[in-house]
Amino acid sequence: MKNRKLLLENVHIPGIETYDVYRKNGGYRSVEKAIKSLTPDEVVEEVKKSGLRGRGGAGFPTGMKWSFLAKPEGIPRYLVCNADESEPGTFKDRYLMEKIPHLLVEGMITASYALGANTSYIYIRGEFMYILHILEKAIAEAYDNGFLGKNILGKGYDLDLFVVPGGGAYICGEETALLESLEGKRGNPRIKPPFPAVKGLWGAPTVVNNVETIAAVVPIVNDGGEAYAAIGIGRSTGTKLISACGNLVKPGVYEIDLGLSVEEFIYGDDYCQGIANNKKLKACVPGGSSVPILPHYLVTKTANGDDRLMSYESLAEGAFASGSMLGSGGFIIFDEDQCIVRNTWNFTRFYAHESCGQCSPCREGTGWMEKVLYRLETGNGNLRDIDLLAEINKKIEGNTICPLGDAAAWPVAAAIRHFRDEFEWHVSHKEEAQKRNYGLSKEPMLA
Amino acid sequence: MPNMKRENNIAQTAAEFNGFSKETIAKFNEIKNHFPAGKEKSAIIRMLHLAQTEVGWLSTEAMDAVAAFLNIQTIEVYEVATFYTMFHVNPVGKHVFEVCRTGPCMLVGSDQIIDYISEKLNIKVGETTADGEFTLKTVECLGACGYAPVLQCKYKFHENLTKDKVDELIEAYRSGIIEN
Repeated sequence: MKNRKLLLENVHIPGIETYDVYRKNGGYRSVEKAIKSLTPDEVVEEVKKSGLRGRGGAGFPTGMKWSFLAKPEGIPRYLVCNADESEPGTFKDRYLMEKIPHLLVEGMITASYALGANTSYIYIRGEFMYILHILEKAIAEAYDNGFLGKNILGKGYDLDLFVVPGGGAYICGEETALLESLEGKRGNPRIKPPFPAVKGLWGAPTVVNNVETIAAVVPIVNDGGEAYAAIGIGRSTGTKLISACGNLVKPGVYEIDLGLSVEEFIYGDDYCQGIANNKKLKACVPGGSSVPILPHYLVTKTANGDDRLMSYESLAEGAFASGSMLGSGGFIIFDEDQCIVRNTWNFTRFYAHESCGQCSPCREGTGWMEKVLYRLETGNGNLRDIDLLAEINKKIEGNTICPLGDAAAWPVAAAIRHFRDEFEWHVSHKEEAQKRNYGLSKEPMLA
Repeated sequence: MPNMKRENNIAQTAAEFNGFSKETIAKFNEIKNHFPAGKEKSAIIRMLHLAQTEVGWLSTEAMDAVAAFLNIQTIEVYEVATFYTMFHVNPVGKHVFEVCRTGPCMLVGSDQIIDYISEKLNIKVGETTADGEFTLKTVECLGACGYAPVLQCKYKFHENLTKDKVDELIEAYRSGIIEN
C-alpha cells in the first residue's frame, strides 16, 4: 500500500492540535483499549509482537527494552520521552510534536500504563520552547478530560506527565546524559552498566524512548502488534518518519513504509522529487550526521548491485566498507557542487563543540580532528594529515563512555574511505581547491 | 565562593535578592512541583530559561537567586549555566540572532547568510552592535534542517532565510514589529 500513514494520517486536519478535534478523529482510543481491556504485560506483548525498534537512532527493539525494566517493590518507575532531537539532519520529532501533540501525549499515557509508571517526563531540547508550550497545552487538555491525573477512566491508574526543557546540548540526546540533565545537572553521560532500566532517573528503574517510538505505540495498541509487523520488510517493521534535507527539490518530513526504495524516496513524485536545481547527486548521509556517508554510486544500489531500500538492514548492507545506517532518519543529500572536505570539517566541528569533555579521547580527539580538517579544507594540509585523521579516529573509537566519540569518528573515516581522491586533491591543488569544488568522484572499479 | 546555603523563606529571599517579577516567582514554584520532594533541583534548567528571559542574560545575581530559590550551592547553578549553550553568562544585545552553521544549513548557504548578517549589522560573530540592539552568534544544529538556512531569536525560529528575509527581519526587530 502506497503512502500509508500511521502517525501522520491526520496531521493536516485543521485543529488537530486541540483535544476535541484529535478525539473526534479517533484519538485516545489506545488509552481506552489498554486501560479497560489489557493488562500492562499484554500491552508490552503487543509492542514485542510489532517488532518496533527504537526510532531515535540505535534501532534497539522497544518491546525488549521494556521487558528489561526492573520492577522492585516500593520503588517508582519512570518513563522518559527523549525529545532532545539534535542530530544534524533530523527534524521529524519536532514536526510530529508541533503538528499533532496529542499523539505523543496519548502514546506516553499508554506506554506509561504498560510500564507501571505513575510519573512520566518529556525531555525536550530547549530550542523547542514553543513546542514545550504546545505540549503543555495538550497535557492540560488531557487532564481536563480524565486521561491524566488520578484514577484514569475510573480504572484506578494514576499518571502525571510533565515537560522539561534542556538548554542546548546535543549530548543530552544520549539517554544517560539526558537523565543527568533531567536531574538538573550537566549532561555528562553515565557509565553503563547499570543501565537506566535498572538505575535511571534518581536511581529508579527508567525507560527512555524517542518521541516517534512512543507515538508508534498508539497504532500498535489500536490495531495490534501483528498488523504493525505486517508493514515493512524483514526486521524493519512498520512505518518510519524520515526528515529529508540538503539539496532536494522537496525537503521535509515523510512517513514511509520501511522497505521503500531509496531511488523512489529521492526521485519519486510523492517524496523528495529529486535533486534541487537539476544538479546531480554526489553523496548521501541517510541517517543523521553520525552515520557513514555514501558516495552517489552506493546510494540507490548496494555494492552487490541490489536496490538499496529504506530499512535498517538494507542501508547497513556492506557494513562500513560500502554501507551506512538508517539511524534517526535524518536524510541529507549533497549535490555535485558540495565539498566533502568542507562538510566533513563542518560535522567534526559540530562534534568538537558538542563533546561534553568528560572523556579525553573524545574531548581532545574531536578538537584535533577539527583542526586537521580545517587545515586541509583551507589548503594548508599535506598528505600525511589524511592518515593522521585515520589514526586519531582509531584512538577515539570505542574508548569513550558514550557513543559521541564513535559518532564523531565514523563520518570522518567514511569520508576518507569514499572520497580520498577529493582529500588528496585539496593537498595537491591547494589554490584551485579554494576557488572551486572537486565535483563528482569516479566510481571505483569493483572487483 | 562562600557557602551561600540559605535556610529561611527561599521564595521571598529570591524575590528581594534579584527582583524577579511575581509571575516569575509563581512560575518557579509551579515548576518545582513537577518533581518529587527532594528532587526540586530538576527545575533548574527551566528556571534559568525564565531568569534569562526576564533579565536578558544570566548575571551572577540572577544565578545566585536561582540557587537560593532551590536551596542549593551557587556552584551547582554556575556549572549548569555554563554547560548549556543557550544560556548567556555574559551580557548580550536586546535581540540575539543565533544562526545555525551545521552541515544541512551549510549545504544551502548558511555561510553566506552569516556573512551577510555580519556585514549588515557591522559586527563579527560573537559581537554586539554599539547601540546594544543585536548580538550575532552561530550555533550548532537547531533541528530545522528541512527549512534551512535558519536562525533563532529568543525562542522564535526564522526559516528558509534569504538576504531579503534577513533585511526584513532586522528591520522588524529594530522597529519592534516582532516582539521579544
